[in-house]
Amino acid sequence: MTPELSTRSQRPSGLYSARLDHVAAGFTANLPVAASVAAYGSVLGVLAVQKGITWVQLLVMNLSVFAGSAQFVLVDMWVPPLPIAEMTLAVLAINLRYLLIGASLEPVFRGASFWHKATRMHLVADENWAVTMAARRRNGSVSTGFLLGGGLCVVTAWCMGTLSGHLLGAAVDDPAVYALDFAFVAVFTALAMSLWRGRMDLIPWVAAAGTALVVERLLPGKWYIICGALVGSFCAACRHDGKSEEETGP
Amino acid sequence: MTWGLQDGQAYAAIGAAALVTYALRLGGLLLSTRLPNKGRFRGFMDALPGTLLVSLVAPGILAAGALGVVAAACTAAVALRSRNVFLAMLVGMIIMMAGRRFFA
Repeated sequence: MTPELSTRSQRPSGLYSARLDHVAAGFTANLPVAASVAAYGSVLGVLAVQKGITWVQLLVMNLSVFAGSAQFVLVDMWVPPLPIAEMTLAVLAINLRYLLIGASLEPVFRGASFWHKATRMHLVADENWAVTMAARRRNGSVSTGFLLGGGLCVVTAWCMGTLSGHLLGAAVDDPAVYALDFAFVAVFTALAMSLWRGRMDLIPWVAAAGTALVVERLLPGKWYIICGALVGSFCAACRHDGKSEEETGP
Repeated sequence: MTWGLQDGQAYAAIGAAALVTYALRLGGLLLSTRLPNKGRFRGFMDALPGTLLVSLVAPGILAAGALGVVAAACTAAVALRSRNVFLAMLVGMIIMMAGRRFFA
């Protein structure tokens, strides 16, 4: 892979203008992943109803936050009076990876204006980012229009999924019968496993789980999430002594 | 529709979350050349998504009892083998649902 080569060479200005065909191509390329986004979103909708979140609030959250795992955490912590400081910190911690995702998009946006960057970055989610990076690896370069098209596809699926889940959730009397109260745990267990990188994760993950279990007994609220994550990642950082310097994406 | 304290709180929480998330997205792109890309910081950041999710679910799994531990273990196994988050979630929920019906 020589990504530098393709970006340093002169690019047609069309790569930065709002080319509709690029947006459409990005939209289509994200359709398969959008199906799972919608399915996963419907679970969030069901959980949101249980917490008394209205569909308008959910829609506003979808469009403004637009980050799946962070929204699940927000909904889980949604117990009035809302612990806004803890919620915001948890969202910050869970979305820290967007710093890396944003950084990895630098070659795609190289030469673009601040306005162009500021308007395109909001609709960057894990899914359309991954599809965009895969397309870039395949074709040598990719336009910001393709990224935007993917974002539009994912946000549409996300809203449709969560809102239909909200409708469905309102029709369910006892969530425990259908194990819907366990949906959150199941989703995040599955999502965590999709991040499993192998044996190197064992000690950090055990440390994170252990810390979370202890802190959950000692401190009120949801601080155990951040404490567990920090201790676990600290273990990972200590073992990362420059010996195993891998060149991987975030 | 009435606008109450609840609504104000709700939108304050959503707004704060939205602001933080957008700042991280754009900040990463704008600061891309200044973020350390190797060493311990990178190791810390790379491990963060995983450790965060583990910390998030660990108490919830224990709170669901022995059945919860079994269901979560099966969810994890399916997720690891199939790489399909939705399928894994479904398996965990079905085990939980069936378990409650038979043992409760």
